[in-house]
Amino acid sequence: MSDSLSKLEKRTAYTLVLPAVLLVFAIVLFPIFANVWISFKDIELKDIRIPEPRAKKIVKSISENQSELKIIYKLRNSSLIQEIKNVQFQDRFPKNISPINLDPRCNFQSRKVICDFGNWQAKYRENFEITIQNNNGEIIDKKIIKSQKPILSGKADNPLLTTNFTLENFKKVFYQNNFVELLLTTFYFTFFGTIGAIIFGILAAQLVNQNIQGRTYMRGILLFPYVGPVVALAYTWTLLLDPNSGTLNALLVNFNIIDQPINLLGQKYITMSVLGFEFKLRLALTTVIFFEIWRYFPLAFLFILARLQAIPQILYEAAEVDGASPIQKFVHITLPQITAIISILFMIRFIWNFNKFEDIFLLTGGASGTRTLPISVYQQGFAVSDIGMGSAVSIVIVMLLLSFMVIYFRLIGKRANEV
Amino acid sequence: MKFKSLAIYLIISSFFLTCILSIWKIMATLQGLSFTNLNVTTVFLNGILLSLAFVLVGNKINHLIKIFSLSFIFSILYFYLNEASPYWYIFGVFLITLFFTNKLKKYSVQSLKEDFISEKIIFDFITLFGIVFFAFVILFPFYIMLVTSFKTQIALLVNPLDFSLNFTKNLTELFKSYFVIFETYNFGRYILISSAVSIGTVIVTLLFAIPAAYAVARLNFFGKNFLSTSILIIYMFPAIVLVIPLYTVFSQLGLRNSIFGLLIVYTATTLPVAIYMLQGYFKSIPKEIEDAGIMDGQNWFGIILKIIIPLSLPAITSVALYVFMIAWNEFLFSLMFLDSPKSFTLSRAIQYLSGDAETPRQYLMAGSVIVTLPILFIFIYFEKYLVSGLTAGSVKE
Repeated sequence: MSDSLSKLEKRTAYTLVLPAVLLVFAIVLFPIFANVWISFKDIELKDIRIPEPRAKKIVKSISENQSELKIIYKLRNSSLIQEIKNVQFQDRFPKNISPINLDPRCNFQSRKVICDFGNWQAKYRENFEITIQNNNGEIIDKKIIKSQKPILSGKADNPLLTTNFTLENFKKVFYQNNFVELLLTTFYFTFFGTIGAIIFGILAAQLVNQNIQGRTYMRGILLFPYVGPVVALAYTWTLLLDPNSGTLNALLVNFNIIDQPINLLGQKYITMSVLGFEFKLRLALTTVIFFEIWRYFPLAFLFILARLQAIPQILYEAAEVDGASPIQKFVHITLPQITAIISILFMIRFIWNFNKFEDIFLLTGGASGTRTLPISVYQQGFAVSDIGMGSAVSIVIVMLLLSFMVIYFRLIGKRANEV
Repeated sequence: MKFKSLAIYLIISSFFLTCILSIWKIMATLQGLSFTNLNVTTVFLNGILLSLAFVLVGNKINHLIKIFSLSFIFSILYFYLNEASPYWYIFGVFLITLFFTNKLKKYSVQSLKEDFISEKIIFDFITLFGIVFFAFVILFPFYIMLVTSFKTQIALLVNPLDFSLNFTKNLTELFKSYFVIFETYNFGRYILISSAVSIGTVIVTLLFAIPAAYAVARLNFFGKNFLSTSILIIYMFPAIVLVIPLYTVFSQLGLRNSIFGLLIVYTATTLPVAIYMLQGYFKSIPKEIEDAGIMDGQNWFGIILKIIIPLSLPAITSVALYVFMIAWNEFLFSLMFLDSPKSFTLSRAIQYLSGDAETPRQYLMAGSVIVTLPILFIFIYFEKYLVSGLTAGSVKE
């Protein structure tokens, strides 16, 4: 290919790719890096607005004489942590009206009061007063005065862009709020959710792969939990599991399977005794894991089914001739054929369960021992409104994710070499 | 050997029968029948008798006559041993037993002597059990969602097990929750917003993704390999780590509470998967067809518009439906970015409703039905396309 043609091809390619790449950069990649920045800053939800000078105007009569009025401006710095530099103030007045005893910071010219207030510290407040009079001695209309809004301007740094950094957020993440329990909960949830979804996926795929009537319908139905909106499904489950009037508890009590309703989503532990051994089960966490399995086993099912249908039938026929039992067929033919897809599924589901937010948030809000890392991002960032700390938790998530990916690709790489 | 397989056959088949009859009883209880005992043991023993009778009778009489008479006897026994129950319930029991005995067809004294018969029996009945189990476990919550939306909070608090619907009431009474959420809670508006955001996301995503996917599939340029591998890695990163920076930046730019802001975020998060899916399909289109287009003097725009798009409509449909599904179901970003009821999407509106503990549950469920039905209809109607979308795009959810 000639040089000019390949240049043209490159230019075309960049024009085609660039819009998509830029958008993904701005909305996906940039925030991941921005997290690093924010996580080193002591910043709260209320600080994210750029500080601005504000004024509230109050107009008062001062005497019987309606030709004089007092105006009070309640001035303040909207930020509690940042200074505003070089604040300028300006207000307009109607014809024939002029101020008396004007503040030395201000001057009056061409019907405007212009003041230079200098720098305002964080939390700065002042009641600034101007007395005005009508030069003709006529009555001043309060409404007209009131309707004119003062204009303020000032220079303030964007609190996100200042360069004071702190390690406080990470210290808080690791030493406060029981970080070890947070990690353990996340891992329980992720691991058992993943394993459960895969096991049920294998079972369901094995079922649908047989020659049964209506298997296409069955495949459709099995995917319902996955395609349904999480909000609707989570609230349905909450109703179903409700201890007071939920269907499940009512049924169990009705058929004398349990004596008392169990608060499946609101109780942290339940003591179980199996063969004389008593142990404590994380009840709410287990329930949430079951919801997770219910919602995501369809995905595992879909993949494994696709793989199962690709296994040549002749393998099974040969095994039949050799007199293999159904279990032997499953162990020696089916299982080896699906291990590859299962390991991929394991990674995908592991990563996605690790990141899962909506399901837990809607079912328990992270209460009763179901607080995982993503829930913690939300709680720190928005419930406690500590944006910096929420970002620090996000960074922990990203670091863990990256290490999972590295480990996984190492393992898969090794396996590929062995084969 | 023969005794062992017979025992396994009896236990497993009877266990299966007990399971279906228990599910039938639970469903009947939810129709307001006051059963208080599942009678598992009795049903199980009767089931063993039934299965035993089935193999003992063998081929002596016609199969149809055999299953009808056995089921009839079983149902009569069931009627006397069970709590007082209406005839429609017993008729259901009869039909279930008929189905069950029909499934026993291939077992006889003879066949129980075959090799591996016990494993085969276990496999057969686990399959049947599995189908009933999965269908029940999956559909039950959807059933509860639908039926609750037609009931009232008070009725459900009085008897949480009575989900029977009274169709003799007039329709306005039955659909009251739906009228209320449309009239008082403005759900019509939310449906419009959700549809606009979802359809908008589909259109914008396709506009960005088709050219990009074409370039990745067909053209040579520096950084192409890097781009296609980073696509995979990018969509492994979760929404939750994007939320805080996007929230802060959107707050400063005034993009929160705006449908436009939501649309940008949805587009950006679905773009990688859309490009990934499309480029795979574009690669499978023979290059010769394009060469013919180039001969005709088409530029890349013409090639994409006149050759690539018409040829890859199935893949584009898959991507479009998949993106629509993601945008329609999305919750996290709408929770973060939308505070004002003026700009709520359906998901966010339902979550907002539930925030008020006073909201009766039938309204919540009516809202849930409204957000679920369209996506289920689309799924059922376009199952083929959506399944291929799900399979290809599974890395993202």
